Amino acid sequence: MAEAFIYDHVRTPRGRGKSDGALHEVSTLGLATTALTALRLRNHLDTALVDDVILGCVDPVGEAGGNIARAAALTSNYGHHVPGVQINRFCASGLDAVNFAAAQVMSGQHDMAIGGGVESMSRVGIGASGGAWPVDPAIAIPSYFMPQGISADLIATKYGFTRTAVDAYAVESQSRAAKAWGAGHFAKSVVPVRDVNGLTILDRDEHMRPSTDMQSLGALKPSFVMMAEQGGFGAVALQAHPEIERLDHVHHAGNSSGIVDGASAVLIGNARAGEAAGLKPRARIRAFANIGSEPALMLTGPVDVTRKLLKRAGMNIFDIDLFEVNEAFAAVVLRYLQAFDLDMARVNVNGGAIAMGHPLGATGAMILGTALDELERSGKSTALITLCIGAGMGTATIIERV
Amino acid sequence: MNLNNFRFDVDADGVATLTWDMPDRSMNVITQAVMDELERTIRHIMSAPEVKGCVVISGKSDFSGGADLGMLEASSHRFAKTAAEKGEEVARQEFFDGTRRLSLIYRELETSGKPWVAAIDGVCLGGAFELALACHHRIVSDNLKTRVGLPEVKVGLFPGAGGTQRVIRLMPTGDALQMLFKGEQLKANAAKAMGLVHEIAPKAELHEKARAWILAGNKGAAPWDDPKFRPPSGRVFSPTGMMIWPAANAIYRRETQDNYPAAKAILHAAFEGLQLPMDLALRVESRWFAHILGTKEARVMIRSLFVSMGELNKGARRPKAEPRAQIHKVGIIGAGFMGASIAYVAALNGIDVALIDRTMEAADTGKAHSHKLMSDQIAKGRAKTADRDALLAHIHPSDDYAVLADCDLVIEAVFEDRAVKAETIRKAQAAMKPGTIFASNTSTLPITSLAENFSKPEDFVGIHFFSPVERMMLVEVIKGAKTGDRALACALDFIRLLRKTPIVVNDSRGFYANRCVLNYVREGHLMLMEGVPAAMVENVARMAGMPVGPLALNDEVALDLAWKILQATKADLGSGAVDPAQECLLDTLVNTHGRLGRKNGKGFYDYPDKGPKHLWSGLADLQSAKLDPDTLDVEDMKQRFLVTQALEAARTVEDGVITDPREADVGSILGFGFAPFTGGTLSYIDGMGVSEFVLLCDRLAKKYGPRFAPCDLLLDMATKKETFYRHSSAA
Repeated sequence: MAEAFIYDHVRTPRGRGKSDGALHEVSTLGLATTALTALRLRNHLDTALVDDVILGCVDPVGEAGGNIARAAALTSNYGHHVPGVQINRFCASGLDAVNFAAAQVMSGQHDMAIGGGVESMSRVGIGASGGAWPVDPAIAIPSYFMPQGISADLIATKYGFTRTAVDAYAVESQSRAAKAWGAGHFAKSVVPVRDVNGLTILDRDEHMRPSTDMQSLGALKPSFVMMAEQGGFGAVALQAHPEIERLDHVHHAGNSSGIVDGASAVLIGNARAGEAAGLKPRARIRAFANIGSEPALMLTGPVDVTRKLLKRAGMNIFDIDLFEVNEAFAAVVLRYLQAFDLDMARVNVNGGAIAMGHPLGATGAMILGTALDELERSGKSTALITLCIGAGMGTATIIERV
Repeated sequence: MNLNNFRFDVDADGVATLTWDMPDRSMNVITQAVMDELERTIRHIMSAPEVKGCVVISGKSDFSGGADLGMLEASSHRFAKTAAEKGEEVARQEFFDGTRRLSLIYRELETSGKPWVAAIDGVCLGGAFELALACHHRIVSDNLKTRVGLPEVKVGLFPGAGGTQRVIRLMPTGDALQMLFKGEQLKANAAKAMGLVHEIAPKAELHEKARAWILAGNKGAAPWDDPKFRPPSGRVFSPTGMMIWPAANAIYRRETQDNYPAAKAILHAAFEGLQLPMDLALRVESRWFAHILGTKEARVMIRSLFVSMGELNKGARRPKAEPRAQIHKVGIIGAGFMGASIAYVAALNGIDVALIDRTMEAADTGKAHSHKLMSDQIAKGRAKTADRDALLAHIHPSDDYAVLADCDLVIEAVFEDRAVKAETIRKAQAAMKPGTIFASNTSTLPITSLAENFSKPEDFVGIHFFSPVERMMLVEVIKGAKTGDRALACALDFIRLLRKTPIVVNDSRGFYANRCVLNYVREGHLMLMEGVPAAMVENVARMAGMPVGPLALNDEVALDLAWKILQATKADLGSGAVDPAQECLLDTLVNTHGRLGRKNGKGFYDYPDKGPKHLWSGLADLQSAKLDPDTLDVEDMKQRFLVTQALEAARTVEDGVITDPREADVGSILGFGFAPFTGGTLSYIDGMGVSEFVLLCDRLAKKYGPRFAPCDLLLDMATKKETFYRHSSAA
């Protein structure tokens, strides 16, 4: 089997996902084009070598609809021979796009492919693509559908994470992200988004609030109380996990992932294609896996998929130097730490989506890049990247420096 | 037109009137013949150019109660017959075609091109209201008795003749779903406010207004057949839809624990139908309707909650030879909570009450209870001050037994103590006019022994009201060994006056209902002691279909009472009759921690002054083991809760306490809320099959103890392949 190497990674900065966010004026296509173009230019990439562009996008409707990957390949001047495909595994789409690209290479059918993702949450809107899962009784009822925040509160209640614990985690995420930005840890990968004149629209993650402390978070009201009580979802949670008397609503905007806009791209190829392109591999994709997890808890998939992946890879948790566990909600990461009895010092060391935001379809490839940069910076070898996913799934990838 | 169930006239203006007036029936119902005649009429009008439109109205004091449920049963029998003769697939198709016929007839009416107006006075429910919904205009009378609605869901059915599709096109989706889920009977004003009817008119003007609407030149076309029609909440896949449907699905689960297929079918039909043009939407509704008709839940719920309950209410168990008792005034001795509540429901139904207690003050306090209940009703806008005055005028408090002299029935509701009851009975007898029936309201004391205090035990009967009396629809009537037919008939006649449902049981410790309830509560206690988290005990009990968790229920009844019952059981039947784990739990709660239940603000739950009750945090300390909830089998727990009650019900049959399965079923649902979707305790057993139930009992007995061992009656029935309903009809 061919090996899949990572040759490079780029991402846009993450703009606040509202109409006053800096990237609101940039289309989904524009964001994806920024990432793909940067990847092409800075690697002097001979795009004749590229067999496919795979982009994750969670709400692929309107301007993000059709097949955004093909459109972006064309606007990024990869040439008409480079095809594109858009995939959707909800929040892990970006990571799975990388995995799919790796799988194409590993299978020997492709030599070089790009995996990445894009999401303009400010322009398209979360949930804009609809779908059967939340609304059709045929699936909503048997799968115990709940809005994700309520599942996050359910996780916190079930596994005993108090408001103090989740807030403390959020403060730490903000502080780590601020330090990492200050020390230039993202400089290698973040490419500014520019306008048609070359003027910079955004070059830094815009969502961060470095001054966040326990007191400022303490002032925020839990976000999902009304939804749980009036929308009936609290009862759904209790029927799925009847040992719970009532939900402890601990999550709010300050300890949940930020809504942002952004795009990312990772260049994957086999050794021969790398040589042909004159590129040096930065890491290899050692293994990856997907899994379905209990849909009511919904966001504990990272635990399940990590167990599956380590087993498949013949590794154990101590073989991993660094973890990127997407900070969809604080309780997701706290549960991961609890399940594997992990030290915070190995997990999300440069902060995560609570501080910098979670542009749904793009995040997976972004945090894979963050892990790669950090491995190189710290001289470590192996990282595991994982994300929780709507409807109860998990995706994880292990990368290893070469 | 040659019609039997309708009269058909066309007036000089060309307006037809179809008067629904079935011979030999007090209430119009939808039968095959009604469908035939309605279809013929629709087609006749379509082909008669001189007829401008048609008013459909009833010739009776009500419009119609809906479909004849017997007709539905007939379709099921036909299905079985066809399946046997022509195979399952053919049978399914014929069943589907047959059960959607009414829907197609209504659709033909709706699209006939001629305007139809429903003129509704009195009750118009179910399939009859679906007829009205298919009409182009609906006028209801301002008669206080006028009610419209789609109550099908209450008996496990669902409105399958266009009801779901027309309601979701008339009302915003959230309101429509609520209307369909609740199955409420709506008064004229409510129906108009909801947009389900167009006009309200005095009864005398109904027909003229309906005629006028046709003569005004209104078209016979439904709004949803206009290509520009938009349903009130817009499309399903829209931002509004994304707000509505996730919550609708969640609320369905909250309200039903996913135990009611008919309610779920309403959601399906509404969700799928809203995305389709009307004819297709109706076909999808029909698919769900046929599916629901075939469910076990519909079969047993119709049987228990419609057929059996109706039969019991009409006196199925009443000795027929006895003349109806004339009860104008009832004497109630003991003006405590129970006596006062019985006085209230009697007065509410126009019966005079002599309410007696030891002191005038106590008797007055008893009457004040009615004042409070009526004041609450007034505050909620459900009654007027005059109603309260009228009710209170029926209640005559007294401290003198002499007032019993002109009572037609005497009920004692004094403290549950043999000596106190004995003295009361003797004193009452001395004051009563000869031949008057005496009833003891008790939940625990055997009637036969109480009757020994009465000189004519044949005139002595037990009546067990459930608390709170004003809300609980069931009354257990207990026959002592010597209770005569006249006493039984009198008790049943009284309960009928109260518009409650009676079951007749033979004397035994705990009678019927409490025996089952005690088992339910015990199972909760034992689970807790096994190490199941308290919240899980409570939640899973509700998921099994019970209205209240066993621990919460125990708090309502009082823990010290549970403790006393346990001690009494031990004294009477020996220590083997009591589970030591349960005894230990109650002992610790009551005697160590002084936790008596809601009455002292602390039981299994804490009852803070503000905010909802919550489980006492100390419960975990009483558990010697703690089980990991993720390893527990929820289905297994649900079965334990239902099986322990159903098994006890089977034992009451074996003991001769229950003699009619209808009473066990109806009594279990009305008396203690036994999972209604099962049809009741014995239907639960019949529903899975007695042999299957015996296997389940054996399995649970092996795992959890001999209390689950199936009784001999069940073993015998399993061998003979009997069911409770077949067993009883054979007997």
